[in-house]
Amino acid sequence: MSAHTYNSPSSSSQRTLGSILTLNVRKKAKARSRWIPAFAGMTTRKMSASFLFLTFLVTGNAFAQDVLIRNATVHTASSQGTLQNADVLVQGGVIRAVGTNLQAPASASVVEANGKPLSPALFGGITEIGIEEVSGEADTVDSAVKLANAQPMRPEFDVTLAYNPESVLIPIARIEGLGFTLLGANTGGSFIAGQGGVMRLDGSADSIGPRVLFVKLGTDVLGLSGTSRAAQWMLLDQMVGEARGRIATDSPHALLTPTGRAVLAHYLAGNGRILVSVDRAADIRQLLRWAQRENVRIAIASGAEAWKLAPQLAQARVPVFVDALADLPGDFDQIGATLENAARLHAAGVEVSFAQFGDASHNARKIRQHAGNAVANGLPWEAGLAGLTRIPAQVLGVGDRLGTIAPGKTADLVLWTGDPLDVSSVAQQVWMGGRAMPMRSRQTELRDRYLRAPGALPRAYTTP
Amino acid sequence: MRIALTAVIGLVSACGAVDAYAASRFTQDPYPSTYRPIASGPVLIQHATVLTGTGERLDDADVLLQDGKIVAVGRALSAPADATVVDGTGRWVTPGLIDVHSHLGVYPSPGMSAHSDGNEATAPVTANVWAEHSVWPQDPGFHAAMAGGITSLQVLPGSANLIGGRGVTLKNVPATTYQGMKFPGAPWGLKMACGENPKRVYGQKGGPSTRMGNIAGYRAAFIDASEYLKKNQPKPATPKKKRWWESSSGGGNADSAGDSGGKRDLKLDTLAGAINGDIRVHIHCYRADELATMLDLAKEFGFKVAAFHHGVEAYKIADRLAAEGVCGALWADWWGFKMEAFDGIQENIALVDRPANGCAIVHSDSDEGIQRLNQEAAKVMANGRRAGIDIAPERAIRWLTLNPAKSMGIDGVTGTLEAGKMADVVVWNQNPFSVYAHAEQVYVDGARVYDRTDRARQPKSDFMLGQGAATGGAK
Repeated sequence: MSAHTYNSPSSSSQRTLGSILTLNVRKKAKARSRWIPAFAGMTTRKMSASFLFLTFLVTGNAFAQDVLIRNATVHTASSQGTLQNADVLVQGGVIRAVGTNLQAPASASVVEANGKPLSPALFGGITEIGIEEVSGEADTVDSAVKLANAQPMRPEFDVTLAYNPESVLIPIARIEGLGFTLLGANTGGSFIAGQGGVMRLDGSADSIGPRVLFVKLGTDVLGLSGTSRAAQWMLLDQMVGEARGRIATDSPHALLTPTGRAVLAHYLAGNGRILVSVDRAADIRQLLRWAQRENVRIAIASGAEAWKLAPQLAQARVPVFVDALADLPGDFDQIGATLENAARLHAAGVEVSFAQFGDASHNARKIRQHAGNAVANGLPWEAGLAGLTRIPAQVLGVGDRLGTIAPGKTADLVLWTGDPLDVSSVAQQVWMGGRAMPMRSRQTELRDRYLRAPGALPRAYTTP
Repeated sequence: MRIALTAVIGLVSACGAVDAYAASRFTQDPYPSTYRPIASGPVLIQHATVLTGTGERLDDADVLLQDGKIVAVGRALSAPADATVVDGTGRWVTPGLIDVHSHLGVYPSPGMSAHSDGNEATAPVTANVWAEHSVWPQDPGFHAAMAGGITSLQVLPGSANLIGGRGVTLKNVPATTYQGMKFPGAPWGLKMACGENPKRVYGQKGGPSTRMGNIAGYRAAFIDASEYLKKNQPKPATPKKKRWWESSSGGGNADSAGDSGGKRDLKLDTLAGAINGDIRVHIHCYRADELATMLDLAKEFGFKVAAFHHGVEAYKIADRLAAEGVCGALWADWWGFKMEAFDGIQENIALVDRPANGCAIVHSDSDEGIQRLNQEAAKVMANGRRAGIDIAPERAIRWLTLNPAKSMGIDGVTGTLEAGKMADVVVWNQNPFSVYAHAEQVYVDGARVYDRTDRARQPKSDFMLGQGAATGGAK
């Protein structure tokens, strides 16, 4: 086992596991009345389970960004693989060391992991978290542009400008171990949906890394391309022609605004990924030809039939964000949908990540279930974890900061009750930039309000 | 109150002869089941961890299936000489899973406009339509659900309408006609819907456009049904002797007592059947306050609610649902896709399950979710544990088996592994409450309808034949 050791400047004053436990014991009585619902039939064992979580609530109140997590099963999601009984030291919000018997500096709080799995905070998929509060209420949704009486093709549209870091969806996703998401633009008036970017789910307001341009092809957007998918290529080629200056900027038939030309040219110059949502193998084949001809960096989202072109995708180094639960012929683009899609792509050498296309935002936490099912259907476990960590981080241009547990990386970490890819596990504690996140959300507050027996006053008077 | 299935089959209600007459009129079936179990020999599953669905867990236990029925569950069973022996070592055995809320067949794959047969969205009350008349038996989703252990399901109309029509209970077996899947003797369900959907669909089409409009719509329909029911009361077996002062054309209640009810009304047949308890009422309803209003509506017109479906706020009135014997058919984690779903929590099912007499059901309403109800339950268990509620597998399995069976009125014949019940059984490769669990074998009435390791026991829809053959593997 390779270990990165940390030379502690003050190992003599390290906090011990014992002191942390003592702290918790002291706070238990008070905390219990606030946090632990009292209801009949709770056994001692259940109580201890609750107190286990309490441990992290208490440490979570300390906003120190220095922490030593000891004795974890560390899934680095890097070439280091999984390290048993390993420690991770975080200072200044950054991972400083990964190894065994690390010494904690005075400033660091110590968390005993008891052998539980520690992973990088997970990729939450391609979502509208922060730009869509209630899907069915248009007033709360900012994910798509549809301009009446104006040019519909707007690659310059950028959804990160609408991002609300105070959305209740953020803590709801975060306490399930999700640390970053690709904020996506949805198609409105055009199959060129616009731009999005990577958001860390720590409440920060701004996107990190390069922008991503979202394009959708195939059946779903026939209505935006004159009823034929052939016209999607026709229109795309025209836009590329405008952006590359092959079509006069004053052409009366211009599809793009001057800004749109500049934005598209930026991607065509290889400065960011174009993420293409597409399912049918024939469309993917056309897409690969187009990407090669125009020399652009693409990735595929959904890709129900991507497995049919796995060798070509591997050769062209095109990653796929797979909907790992799609196994039905939902339309005539998905006739070949199979639960083995991820496994077959991986076996051919394609980089596989995951994305959902149902309720991707509110139920972003379900993405773990996608990875788990991909593993249950043949994807190696390590590839399943990589698909939720290292691979999306690298593909989206933030792999230097996110996606692995290694010195120098942002300390976005999750300690799990068990296998992070299994639905029978939950996140026990999440750290973002080394800060222990409160494991609370609007949903846990609703839960706690109704867990307890009603009192003399209506429940509206209860406080979390 | 449970209605024994046999009573329904025999058209003899527990309430007596009066209702029996009504039931026979309102729930006649001109489209009867033609389902026949696939012939199969005896099967002995040995040395498995068995979750019976009755709340019990048996380790190193055997399950014997014969003549389509469960014969015995226990240790070291002896089997007939011709029995197929299945080694259950390391495997788990459960009753076949049951989904109380599916739109397979009525919103099938592929989701073409020609296949959009789940909502008769032409009027807010369409109690006259029957979901079974929309079911496309070639929906590949049935077979995908089978691979997830589903042996029975209720296919419901959608939720566009206040009263959407009759749902049908199917055995999940491949057939060319829906009658070939129709669960023999299972009562129909009546689909109703609260809240946002009906008012959104009809707000610009003559209403209702508000929640108060919704309630007025249900009340008007049930007032008509109550009148219809009254008119269709049977004549007394021995006509009351006419007094000299009574005219030959009236007096007393002779008017309604003698009324034949006139022309049959399909809409009112269904609603009258629901009032009589012969058709089980399943209500799509999200918010706690609306659930309570619907319970009052049920009391007003004398029907019983079998289950509230979706009920993302059911946890707020879990005690009342338990006290009234109403099941909550719920998702593990869906929320926020519309305003009435904003208060969803992941412990909803655990909290509805918690009170004595609580009846929690994991339902899907999804062609993806129905393939892995076991994983949905596992998520509930994990979240319950996080909240300090430990739920054992033998308890949780009831959410997918016995409880939906109860709400559908088929618990007398399926939903548990008890001697005499239909041999609807799933053999799992491991504890089913994990993302890694697979249904290895699925039995319906004792026949192995699915086997993960045997392609000859993996049904394929007509629709899927020949797909992808054109290229012959060319790239």
